[in-house]
Amino acid sequence: MSLVKIAGLHKHFGSNHVLKGIDLDVAQGDVVALIGRSGSGKSTLLRTINGLETIDKGELRVDGTALHDGKGDLRALRQKVGMVFQQFNLFPHLTAGQNVMLAPTVVKGMSKRDAEDIAKEMLLKVGLAEKFDSFPDQLSGGQQQRVAIARALAMQPKVLLCDEITSALDPELVNEVLAVVRQLATEGMTLIMVTHEMRFARDVGNKLIFMHHGRIHESGDPRTVFANPQTPELANFVGSVTVAA
Amino acid sequence: MFVQFSTWDIVRNLLEGGKWTLALSLIAFILGGGVGLAILFARIARNRLLQAFAKTYIEVFQGTPLLMQLFIVFFGLSLVGVDVSPWLAAALGLTLFTSAYLAEIWRGCVEAVPKGQWEASSSLALSYAQQMRHVILPQALRIAVAPTVGFSVQVVKGTAVTSIIGFAELTKTGSMLANATFQPFLVFGLVAAGYFALCYPLSLYAKSLERKFHVAR
Repeated sequence: MSLVKIAGLHKHFGSNHVLKGIDLDVAQGDVVALIGRSGSGKSTLLRTINGLETIDKGELRVDGTALHDGKGDLRALRQKVGMVFQQFNLFPHLTAGQNVMLAPTVVKGMSKRDAEDIAKEMLLKVGLAEKFDSFPDQLSGGQQQRVAIARALAMQPKVLLCDEITSALDPELVNEVLAVVRQLATEGMTLIMVTHEMRFARDVGNKLIFMHHGRIHESGDPRTVFANPQTPELANFVGSVTVAA
Repeated sequence: MFVQFSTWDIVRNLLEGGKWTLALSLIAFILGGGVGLAILFARIARNRLLQAFAKTYIEVFQGTPLLMQLFIVFFGLSLVGVDVSPWLAAALGLTLFTSAYLAEIWRGCVEAVPKGQWEASSSLALSYAQQMRHVILPQALRIAVAPTVGFSVQVVKGTAVTSIIGFAELTKTGSMLANATFQPFLVFGLVAAGYFALCYPLSLYAKSLERKFHVAR
């Protein structure tokens, strides 16, 4: 029984056919890495999974909540799907703690006290317990991204989507964020990530998906796929990005 | 039948008129802010009918001179049998005018909140109303403070137009005094100084707010 099931998914931006029939099954505990050139549709695919992009045709099901041809209960779906963005998108007028507490109190109707406990627990998990009262502009990029992860986790999502979450970070801050994601993977969190960190995709992921021209061009176990690309497009792509040994 | 005006008499009368300018500005600003907020919500609502209504409202009031709006309120309402005092017509006209401009300024502020804030709050399953209340409006408010205070200067100066329908605020008082004293240069100089005394502090305040919020971002 798959946790995330996508079948026959199509998406257009105007006359541009960006997703041309995607089928994808993600099981509980899977760590899926989506790779591909820019414009291949990987970010769009990720964003359809919590409804940030509408679906023209096809089916999307996450833990029993479904969208048929883009119609269905979006907010119910979003409660099961957390998302972390490239640009962090923390709420700048709220402290780190308040950022994490907002959705549990407002969406789930949790009491302030309970939400605060969860926020503390989540910030501790990402190593930022002492930053509860800091505002986003007082935090480094890496810290902001970790708060964003804590914020998503506080809603206890079934699956966490990561959209190039280290791409906007200074190189020395990348590892602290990846360490948190790696930790989540070890704890059994289901992750789907668009990433340019090929090494991370190979070491942490158990499923690799190579997107090309709006289709899943090649997929499988990351180690095998990287070592033995079956298509010239993937071989070419792997050759153009360095996968350090 | 000849009254001699001392300079102090002139100033005293102008201060009396200035009081009404201030009162009218405050009323226009407060009521205009309230109506403007309602228009803003209609403008950014998801309902297309509300949107279209707000858009038309804003365009009509921004696209016609304040003077014509006052004439229409003042003469139009009396045509249909409603007797409007200059005071009421002035307050009503300026409120409509102010609300249209504030709604448009504030819409710009709402749109200035980055798209990522909408996406992040959407992905956390907040409803549209919850996003507005907890994420978008608090940030738009910070952006809005400086331009709103800046616009209040326009409201203060806009009150001068109400002199034409006979409302005895600063400008009207000034023209009456100029006619009575034959010293238009002195009188209107003082009138101008009165407006400046009201507007300059507001401009300075808007500037300092702008600096403050600019640094904060």
